[in-house]
Amino acid sequence: MYKSWWKIASILLLIYTFIAGFLFKVPDLPALQETIRNLYFHVCMWFAMMILFTVSVVNSIKYLRTFNLKYDIYARQYATVGIVMGVLGYITGAIWMTFTWADPNNPAFQSFGALAREPKLIGAAIALLIYFAYMVLRDSINDMDKRARISSVYNIFAYAMLFPSIWILPRILPSLHPGREGNPALNTSDIDSSMRIVFYPAVIGWTLLAVWITTLKIRLSLINEKKLMS
Amino acid sequence: MILIKKISLFVVFIMTSLVIFAQDKNAGIVDTMRSNGRIYVVVAVVLTILIGLFLYVIRLDRKISKMEKEK
Repeated sequence: MYKSWWKIASILLLIYTFIAGFLFKVPDLPALQETIRNLYFHVCMWFAMMILFTVSVVNSIKYLRTFNLKYDIYARQYATVGIVMGVLGYITGAIWMTFTWADPNNPAFQSFGALAREPKLIGAAIALLIYFAYMVLRDSINDMDKRARISSVYNIFAYAMLFPSIWILPRILPSLHPGREGNPALNTSDIDSSMRIVFYPAVIGWTLLAVWITTLKIRLSLINEKKLMS
Repeated sequence: MILIKKISLFVVFIMTSLVIFAQDKNAGIVDTMRSNGRIYVVVAVVLTILIGLFLYVIRLDRKISKMEKEK
């Protein structure tokens, strides 16, 4: 294990998140009640996904500038773990939604159709599918340099599609999902300050954990690559 | 050797569940664990899983470091 201070930081921050996330007082809102604690878990998945996708696209650009295959491996693995975080965010969101929006006492939310029309869900699904396509595209090309070049260009396109699908579209359409105005979860008016002291460490902790897993995958594929070369 | 490890781990797990059963009978010993609608039990469970996952990731990290050194 090298450069391990941030790994320890990740462990400590996440342990803090799990303890404080379950035990600290949270504001009591009618529909959410205790489920607001999901903010420390569900929302952090999306934050980690966005950060990892950003790192991935930076590495793709680096590859296109230098044609060093190392950066292509970086870009690929960051995107993979980003997808994992995104899928986890989606699943946890589905569970959360089932017990808050789909309130049996509220006739407006009774049909599944009303929930399925949520612009945030559709936008996130589109964004994730585009990244799935990145993986499919990559692994369908055998030539190493061609694969790296085409997938780097595609990665930039995929990142560009993140903007309309998860940041712009959900903001211009009406939605049940919070965070339509301004920056969700970062806005000073829509998150209680008592939650902030858990939420920010949680975001950092989860992101560091995701980065840690990614570095493991990168190191493993670098070893494999060297084996192929020799 | 691996088999012995596995069996001993299995026994340890069974023992822990026995301990938990035993504590259930004489209530009041672990008061904090029972307060607040027993939320601390959830915290304990979640933390166990989290720490288990961390140990797994650390092990992977060590293994990969070893592979890198072999190169």
